[in-house]
Amino acid sequence: MKTYLLPSIKITIILLVILAGLYPLAIAGIGKFTPGHGDGETISYKGKVVGYANIGQKFTKDEYFWSRPSAVDYKADASGGSNKGPSNPDYLKDVEKRIQDFLKRNPGVTRAEIPAELVTASGSGLDPDLSPAGAKVQVLRIAKTRNLTVEQVNKIIDDNTEQPLLGLFGPTKVNVLKLNVALDELKK
Amino acid sequence: MNTEISGIILTYLLTLAIAIPLGRYIARVFKGEKTWLDFMAPVERFIFRFSGIDTKKEMNWKQHMFALLTINALWLFYAFFCLLFQSHLPLNPDGNPNQTPDLAFNTAISFLVNCNLQDYSGESGATYFTQHFVFMFLHFVSAATGIAALIVLFRALKDKVTDKLGNYWEYFVKSITRILLPIAFVIAVILAFNGMPTSYKGKDTLITMQGDTAHISRGPAAALVAIKHLGTNGGGWFGANSAHPLENPNYLTNTVELVAQLIIPMGLVFALGFYLNKKKFAYVIFGVMTIGMLMFMIPTINAELHGNPAIAKMGVSQPTGAMEGKEVRFGPANSAYWSIMTTVTSTGSVNSMHDSAMPVSGLMMMGGMMVNCFYGGCGVGFLNFYIFIIIAVFISGLMVGRTPEFFGRKIEAREMKIASLIALLHPFIILVGTAISSYVLVHMPNADWAVKPSTWLNSPGYHGFSEMLYQYSSSAANNGSGFEGLADNNIFWNVSAGFVMILGRFLPIIGPVAIAGILANKKFIPESAGTLKSDTSTFGIMIFAVILIIAALSFFPSLALGPIAEHFSLK
Repeated sequence: MKTYLLPSIKITIILLVILAGLYPLAIAGIGKFTPGHGDGETISYKGKVVGYANIGQKFTKDEYFWSRPSAVDYKADASGGSNKGPSNPDYLKDVEKRIQDFLKRNPGVTRAEIPAELVTASGSGLDPDLSPAGAKVQVLRIAKTRNLTVEQVNKIIDDNTEQPLLGLFGPTKVNVLKLNVALDELKK
Repeated sequence: MNTEISGIILTYLLTLAIAIPLGRYIARVFKGEKTWLDFMAPVERFIFRFSGIDTKKEMNWKQHMFALLTINALWLFYAFFCLLFQSHLPLNPDGNPNQTPDLAFNTAISFLVNCNLQDYSGESGATYFTQHFVFMFLHFVSAATGIAALIVLFRALKDKVTDKLGNYWEYFVKSITRILLPIAFVIAVILAFNGMPTSYKGKDTLITMQGDTAHISRGPAAALVAIKHLGTNGGGWFGANSAHPLENPNYLTNTVELVAQLIIPMGLVFALGFYLNKKKFAYVIFGVMTIGMLMFMIPTINAELHGNPAIAKMGVSQPTGAMEGKEVRFGPANSAYWSIMTTVTSTGSVNSMHDSAMPVSGLMMMGGMMVNCFYGGCGVGFLNFYIFIIIAVFISGLMVGRTPEFFGRKIEAREMKIASLIALLHPFIILVGTAISSYVLVHMPNADWAVKPSTWLNSPGYHGFSEMLYQYSSSAANNGSGFEGLADNNIFWNVSAGFVMILGRFLPIIGPVAIAGILANKKFIPESAGTLKSDTSTFGIMIFAVILIIAALSFFPSLALGPIAEHFSLK
């Protein structure tokens, strides 16, 4: 037993120092030179931090682009999805209710125009993005609430649309927080 | 072409382009040849001197397994007690509480065995200390344990070797210093520059644009997320794992994490070819694994891109596919790709919520874990595959009426007994576990426990059954992903899954190493005209058939009750 136990203990101690101590400290040191200095990238408006670029936040007011539904109500210290199965009757009722709410608050939009992402919860509950279609379907409402033209709002979406990686790989998306900051900046 | 599809094709090609040279490199490391990371040699010498280890002492297979089991037992106690008292330990800026004993039991085993089933959420159930000194540490050493065990097997497969199979500590330490740590370092730097936090600051609080208060969990995640994928571990920093925008900020990090979780399982197959100088044999195995993976992958991508028929019926459009539980920045095609890669290997990290995937996808994910060797986990993937090779050789031998032999050694009753036991263990622990939990759910729904069995399941009917079947499949395969709707943080699930995980880890390591060790001691028979050629497609088909028959016969009935039934009921 001693043949194995003693080396086991010693090797564990030294590996703890290297792997759990030095390695992450080195990464933290390098992290200081990254855009968010290792604390996470933030977005400011009028000199005040209003959110993290990568973390979705709740937008439910008519004047803002809405984020996707969140199973955790955008609690960024308790991420998670709904974990409801695709055939779950309660879940399907929730989706139907979201569709009806959306139609009620977005006059002029038809059912077939609503992309599924706006009535289904994301995996993390903190999805910061929408597809361009998910943003465009909200343009009428926002233009009306803010007394803007449809073109002005569409332009904000186009300006903030992020193309796939190298133009070739992955989905096209827009960051909801950046859209809404751009909307507020237009106001002044 | 659709950019979502081209994205996953690129990811796969990139993985392959890294895995092949990595395989050659791994073979060189363990053959003791010169490599460009030889500057790590002084670090290794220091570790060995400090620990009083003489790497020149060669071990037989039993001594290897004693060393492996001793150090693993030590880590189990260490991890359990750290978790039990984590609130009193340093680096706890968010003031998170201790884990309960049953949760600590489950979590300690889970990370020890490279499973990383997480019945807690990272934001509230762990501290920065336990994330680094327990979880990340175990990410490294559990992956290294698998690799070291596989290298013992490689060594035993060499011609004219007897019972001297090298030194366990050397294999173990070199797996870390030459493979895991350097690659993890590079990955962590890439992740950090793409917005993953690295600092030790605790939660942030801010007022959002529309005036809500938001608390944002952070922490030094980048270092952990790198090895979590590289070591096919999968236990993430945040509750939502790699669906969380700080744990997987964009498509580039997603690609890096996907590549990382496959290069070692794939690379080790190529390493086998280079190490034994039997490259064609390695390609046959790689071919079988890849065809198996595609068999699970294609239906999953198809199902997710088509979306949920029940939602289509409501009249909204699903332009990208099924979106419940998925993130816009990855999209359904990539989420499907990830969900299969994470289940055919033993990673078990997720970038979408598997519980909300289409029934066909759920079926394929469970299939990946039930077979558990199409690429498989770090080291253990090929160890599992080796069992199927032995069975295939034996059956082929019987078919042509010759004594079966593999790499110049006769396979006889003793080896076959071990192989059969290991092959049957996997379905046994999955199905017995599911049977017991189903029984408890039906017959004791209101048992007076903290969480009543009647409230375990998040979805009724067939899908509820799938949640339980998935949990045990994931535990037995040491995968760690979950149908997370299952209320698993209670004594029944913590303890039962804990036992399934530990059985599913160590016996499937010891079995193949034992077989290889016993075979290495037998007389070497040079190849002759009657030898079964192991590097032909015929042999590949034979292995594939054995895998399919064992997996299909064992699991089809239970799958029919879960995802298959759900698929046909979903309109």
